[in-house]
Amino acid sequence: MKDGSLKHAVILGVFCLGFGILLALTDLLTASAIVDRAMEDRLNSLAQVIPANLHDNNPVKDALNMKNAEGKEIVVYRALKEGKVTGVAYEVQGSGYGGPIKVMLGLDVEGRILGARVTSHKETPGLGDKIEEKKGDWILRFTGLSLGNPPVDKWRVKKDGGQFDQFAGATITPRGVVGAVRGGMEFYAANKTQMMEVK
Amino acid sequence: MATEYSRIVKDGLWDNNGVICMLLGMCPTMAMTTSATNGLGMGLATAAVMAASNLLVAIFRNRITQEVRIPVYILIVASMVTLVDLTMNAWMHELYKVLGLFIALIVSNCLPLARLEAFASKEPVMNSLLDGIFMGIGFTIALTAIGAVREIIGQGTLFADAALLLGPAFKFMEMRILPPDTGVLMMILPPGGFLVTGLLVVVKRMIDVRAGKGIQMAGAHSV
Repeated sequence: MKDGSLKHAVILGVFCLGFGILLALTDLLTASAIVDRAMEDRLNSLAQVIPANLHDNNPVKDALNMKNAEGKEIVVYRALKEGKVTGVAYEVQGSGYGGPIKVMLGLDVEGRILGARVTSHKETPGLGDKIEEKKGDWILRFTGLSLGNPPVDKWRVKKDGGQFDQFAGATITPRGVVGAVRGGMEFYAANKTQMMEVK
Repeated sequence: MATEYSRIVKDGLWDNNGVICMLLGMCPTMAMTTSATNGLGMGLATAAVMAASNLLVAIFRNRITQEVRIPVYILIVASMVTLVDLTMNAWMHELYKVLGLFIALIVSNCLPLARLEAFASKEPVMNSLLDGIFMGIGFTIALTAIGAVREIIGQGTLFADAALLLGPAFKFMEMRILPPDTGVLMMILPPGGFLVTGLLVVVKRMIDVRAGKGIQMAGAHSV
């Protein structure tokens, strides 16, 4: 063994231990606050797609873990009023130009859209990002629609023969969002009974 | 002593500026300067980490041996970043929602590491703390400037969303310079970052040449 290599090892070890303890303490102090903040964020994003007057529960606490047709886990948040399900919300995904687009979709018991909001995307700034609520009102036009209104084969962008506008210079982005929303409603139609069960 | 301090301040802000002279920390410089507000936020978070890690390394500089210094520096920078990340997430959550993505990126910024190796490991505590603070502020100024140019040309706005970062009192900073939908998209995309950074380096060197200082090559001025 080289002279002094033990000394170096001890120094490195002591620093690792010291900073490890420091980080563990910070984690201990902040962990519960971080969980609270994450819950607030969830509730805030749910409040945009489920109106407050529809429920008297905490939709995050009454959530269901389900699997969609492809076997992907979906957390279904449920709005309950007086013990009955009044609406559901979950995140659906479509493929955009720059990667996946995630949309939080809220539906009432009839399957009508209460609200849809894009929660994350990687679309081109200035072209595809008009799907965000703060950049345009495009996403608001889904509110009130359902799988029969318009008919299923009209649930496409205009370029594909449907009824939804694309943007100048961006077709793939709205196509991804429309597809995601349609998929979300089909998921509801297929799993409605399970979502309505309240234990 | 006073001249030494003013030397450190001038080095950090201009003569040896981390971005426009040493060209260090290019990853956050390119990725995070799509708006002046983003640049400012990234710069401030980096400055906080640099001040803290410079201070710690200067305090322990006689204990850390040559052979293990690099892992210890990385450990210190990474710990400081995690500390800032956790505390901001817990107690400054609104700010964290804007900056959260950038904070973890500070670990991959080579500017803090470079200052630990080139400065804090050799200099007294006070000097190192000052160096960390002013190198950080210099980094902030450079990032904000790059962000401002890209935002004005790319989106026509300046300091959009500054109120989210600094609080509602700073709403007055949010300006619209050009009419909506006139922006040059390229400036927001990565090529804009390279163009503006390059132009800023040119401007700095022109000013230095005019002032008769000559061009200071990166790292030529050792401290």
